Amino acid sequence: MRVPISWLREFVDIPADVTFEQVHAALVKVGFEEEDVHSFDVTGPVVVGKVLEFTPEPQSNGKTINWVQVDVGDDAPRGIVCGAHNFAVGDKVVVTLPGAVLPGPFPIAARKTYGHTSDGMMASTRELGLGEEHDGILLLKNLGLDPEVGTDAIPLLGLDDFAVEINVTPDRGYAFSIRGVAREYAHSTGAAFRDPASLVTPVPVSGFPVTVNDGAPIRGRAGVSVFVARVVRGIDPTRPTPPWMVSRLKLAGIRSISLVVDISNYVMLELGQPNHTYDLDKLDGGFTIRRAKAGEKFETLDAQVRTLSPEDLLIDDESGPVGLAGVMGGASTEISDTTTNVLVEAANWDPITIARTARRHKLWSEAARRYERGVDPQVAGPGVARVVQLLEELGGGTGDSLGVVIDNSVAPAPIRLPEGYVEKIIGVEFTADEVTVSLTEIGTTVVPTDGGWTVTPPTWRPDLTDEATLAEEVARIVGYDRIPSVLPVAPPGRGLTREQRLRRLASSSLAAGGLTEVLAYPFVAQASNDLFGSPVAGSVPAIALANALDPDAAWLRTSLLPGLVAIARRNLSRGLTDLALFEVGTVFLPVAGTAYGSGPLPAGNSRPSDEVLGALRASIPPQPWHVGALFLGDAVAKQPGQAAVPSGLSDALGAAQHLAAVLASPITVATGSHQAMHPGRTAELRSGDRVVGYAGELLPALAAELDLPRVVAVLELDLDALIALSASEIATTPILGLPAATQDVTLVVPESVRAGDLRALLVEGAGELLEHVALVDDYRGPGVPDGSKSLTFALRFRAADRTLTQAEATEAKNGAVALAAARVGAVLRE
Amino acid sequence: MSDPSPLTESSVASAADAAITAFAAATTIAELRLARAAHAGEQSPLAQFNASLKSIPAEDRAAAGKLVGQGRARVAEALSAREAELAVAEENARLAAEAVDVTAVPSRWRTGSRHPLSLLMEQMGDVFIGMGWEIGEGPELENEWFNFDSLNFDEDHPARAMQDTFFIDPVDSHLVLRTHTSPVQIRSLLTRDLPVYVVAPGRVFRTDELDATHTPVFHQIEGIAIDKGLTMANLRGTLEHLARAMFGEDAQIRLRPNYFPFTEPSAEMDVWSPNAKGGARWIEWGGCGMVNRNVLRAAGIDPDEYQGFAFGMGIERTLMFRNDLNEMRDIVEGDIRFSQQFGMVV
Repeated sequence: MRVPISWLREFVDIPADVTFEQVHAALVKVGFEEEDVHSFDVTGPVVVGKVLEFTPEPQSNGKTINWVQVDVGDDAPRGIVCGAHNFAVGDKVVVTLPGAVLPGPFPIAARKTYGHTSDGMMASTRELGLGEEHDGILLLKNLGLDPEVGTDAIPLLGLDDFAVEINVTPDRGYAFSIRGVAREYAHSTGAAFRDPASLVTPVPVSGFPVTVNDGAPIRGRAGVSVFVARVVRGIDPTRPTPPWMVSRLKLAGIRSISLVVDISNYVMLELGQPNHTYDLDKLDGGFTIRRAKAGEKFETLDAQVRTLSPEDLLIDDESGPVGLAGVMGGASTEISDTTTNVLVEAANWDPITIARTARRHKLWSEAARRYERGVDPQVAGPGVARVVQLLEELGGGTGDSLGVVIDNSVAPAPIRLPEGYVEKIIGVEFTADEVTVSLTEIGTTVVPTDGGWTVTPPTWRPDLTDEATLAEEVARIVGYDRIPSVLPVAPPGRGLTREQRLRRLASSSLAAGGLTEVLAYPFVAQASNDLFGSPVAGSVPAIALANALDPDAAWLRTSLLPGLVAIARRNLSRGLTDLALFEVGTVFLPVAGTAYGSGPLPAGNSRPSDEVLGALRASIPPQPWHVGALFLGDAVAKQPGQAAVPSGLSDALGAAQHLAAVLASPITVATGSHQAMHPGRTAELRSGDRVVGYAGELLPALAAELDLPRVVAVLELDLDALIALSASEIATTPILGLPAATQDVTLVVPESVRAGDLRALLVEGAGELLEHVALVDDYRGPGVPDGSKSLTFALRFRAADRTLTQAEATEAKNGAVALAAARVGAVLRE
Repeated sequence: MSDPSPLTESSVASAADAAITAFAAATTIAELRLARAAHAGEQSPLAQFNASLKSIPAEDRAAAGKLVGQGRARVAEALSAREAELAVAEENARLAAEAVDVTAVPSRWRTGSRHPLSLLMEQMGDVFIGMGWEIGEGPELENEWFNFDSLNFDEDHPARAMQDTFFIDPVDSHLVLRTHTSPVQIRSLLTRDLPVYVVAPGRVFRTDELDATHTPVFHQIEGIAIDKGLTMANLRGTLEHLARAMFGEDAQIRLRPNYFPFTEPSAEMDVWSPNAKGGARWIEWGGCGMVNRNVLRAAGIDPDEYQGFAFGMGIERTLMFRNDLNEMRDIVEGDIRFSQQFGMVV
């Protein structure tokens, strides 16, 4: 809401030299956040001038300019070059003299042009920032003005005014008006408030037939509760809108159109009462207010033909619809530049009906915005009276006795406010006086009752519905600064849950291990889900957004890898070529064949049954936490005495095994396959029998398509599963202190035998004495048959109760070798 | 070999002196070994004097033995002293040879970092853990009832349309990406025993295009406390404690009236930042208020018996003013240079 200060000042006392900062501060104190400030940005000298004479001078470029002599009240006339032709000798115009600055900023100076020195400029409406008109210069007679030559034009045109813009919260519809803001300014500063609704007096009218026929109220609420209208005749359609009104409307963000339309908007801003003016001569008989028929068509005055819903509310005359209630009038009865007789109408429409209609037709008019938040039902009468008053004063019209007043509004329900309740909520004492004075100040009626008060809200405060809303008003009017600071004592807590602790640990250990955490948007293309979300090709079940910002990323991720790839590409494009990235985040994994969502929702103000709550909880797909990682470029950079170590599968697998160790959730590594990964460089990661993720290098062709280097190693693990499978109590074995015996063993096996499988056979065959085994070499070449490889393991043996002899260790080793020989044909290489 | 000199006091002294001179002349351990072999080995003059003792008449043998023993002792002492000297010299030479330019030593470590948003959420969560609160969590893809209806936004509430919600297709499934962390409030109240003191950090979504100050995916931390007799003074106390933990002991909280459907009374909170770049000032931090009676009813709680407060603030916003950042894109784009400024501390 934009509030011109000169307008605010009409209804509340404001110091003459007030700054916008002071006005903002006063309004912030009572709950209106500052948004902006608006002014005309014009500085003088800008004065009224009179055209004394002018000479048209054709130019070589085909244009004709006028060399004008203008009297601006100085001793001698000024010579000004002007390209416009809409003036005549004797016209009074606005002259900006050298030193003036127009909006832009556009400084005015005496300048040589077309062979003259132009000593200033004759300004147009647009150049002054008052409107869009630029067909010629502004002629003051067109505004109905005939001021003295030399008069300062800045106050004359209201260009010295400014407006503060405040944010009005949805509960305070009444503050979408100068009336409401003036009242709040008074609450904040204690200045005297004059209610503009009480400055006009509605006169009795009758005879205009209106039938209300609402066959389909929404949620039991009638579409219209108040409907007031009055005829005004004999308006002079040539009368201009006075400059003070143009200036105020402009500062409030509304363009001046014509006197009748401007008055209608002006009154909406002043009183918060949207209103409509019909060209009376285009109306056919009285009105019927009804819901639209499904599919019914109606042309609104923006020349759009709209297809209506049975929830839309219409105003018909005898010929058919003339208005979409509360949202926009019809084209057929629109005010034109020849309109002399009008019907002024102001109504109180049902907020829900208006909001739904506005949303349905995307017609967020100023009127709809006010109705949606609630308009004071008792301001419709003053609203019509104020429009009529201005049409009489400024338009030369005469209010008629033909009109209508329907008022079915419901008086606000009284609220019981127990003594002590405000303290109980706010936590600080308020005297009974403070409670009653605050509430009276905001317009409620306060009647003491046994142990408290009965408080009846004013008609403009539909947001006051219970004792808590009254407590807020008392605290707000007295000031939130009164509230002390008291730290409450919570009962003893248990710290983070195990899942929360382990999730943090996963992130911290990866970061400590040299990876950089990233947080990708979870929006991806469907093709990315299909590629990364499943090891095999096919359509992956996924969730789509109905209103994605980017149609190419309209799906919720089923894998963290698309996001990591996108971020890797961005880093690469910035010359960062060695990357180790990770993300810990959620993915969205609908189960194929399951329909998610729920039907009509239960009401919000009572606890649904367990059954209904269960259905609501079950209405969403699983959203587990995953951990993903990506490596490309060098793991260790080339340095003096250090060759580069390129990153690859080793990093992805290492990260997985590191996480498994850190989280005490053992995983096994097996040869795997994944559609997005290299067929020979992919590992399936299992916890027990369950596949918990994949590590691998991207398919080189895919990497090339993504403009990534050939080797990009990736990892994705189901972190929830890893954490769930983590041993909640670690099984321990005693640490043995007796000396160990170490032996190496080298076995020749066919190349197809996997080292991990051979290692497992050694563990099995060596028995209990084997404490540790590590693969230390893989040799192929001279001395080893083609198609075979030589694997060397370092074995460490230890006994619980004695120092092992080498003979005992050798015996255990031989057992291991024998099993390997039997199972995979391993041959001991001496 | 020449004939041995006769064993006399001077010949023994001369042999010992020759040995000591040779040791001193050795400049390496290897040279010293050669000198030792020549002057203290089995064929050395002193060894031969020693061997000749058995052929000396018994009455002179003791005196001669003493003479030779003293000579040999002098030599042994000189040898070990020179050995020690040379060992130190050689070790020093080796250390000198091993010296490197410590500013050019290759690194095999890769240094990673956490994202500052994650760190900030954890840090803020820990302030509450320290007060005995617990951390609540909930789904990001949420049913509208938890995101709106149960929080006193009915389907026609103007604030519901103002939330710029991402809807899941089809729209009549009533599923949305949560627009705030507030659904965790109602989920916590429905499942936990009273009293409840829970804080919920997490990711939220609104249909704002990415620019310098907006992002469609961002983070909030939300708190709710429901107990007997909690007041707005307790709300202020809690926020002030958090502010001091995050911004220093001089931080203060200012409350301004505002409106949220799920709180009544409601307030906007500003934090006084004494160390803000560009001078100490009030900075808008988040929203808060006393939990609306209808929200308590939605969770099956009697609002006449229990009451409490809720608050929420943006993590990105907190990071931006706390660390003097003014470009949202840097926070969300995943450029490693951004996170690496923070290491594992924010």
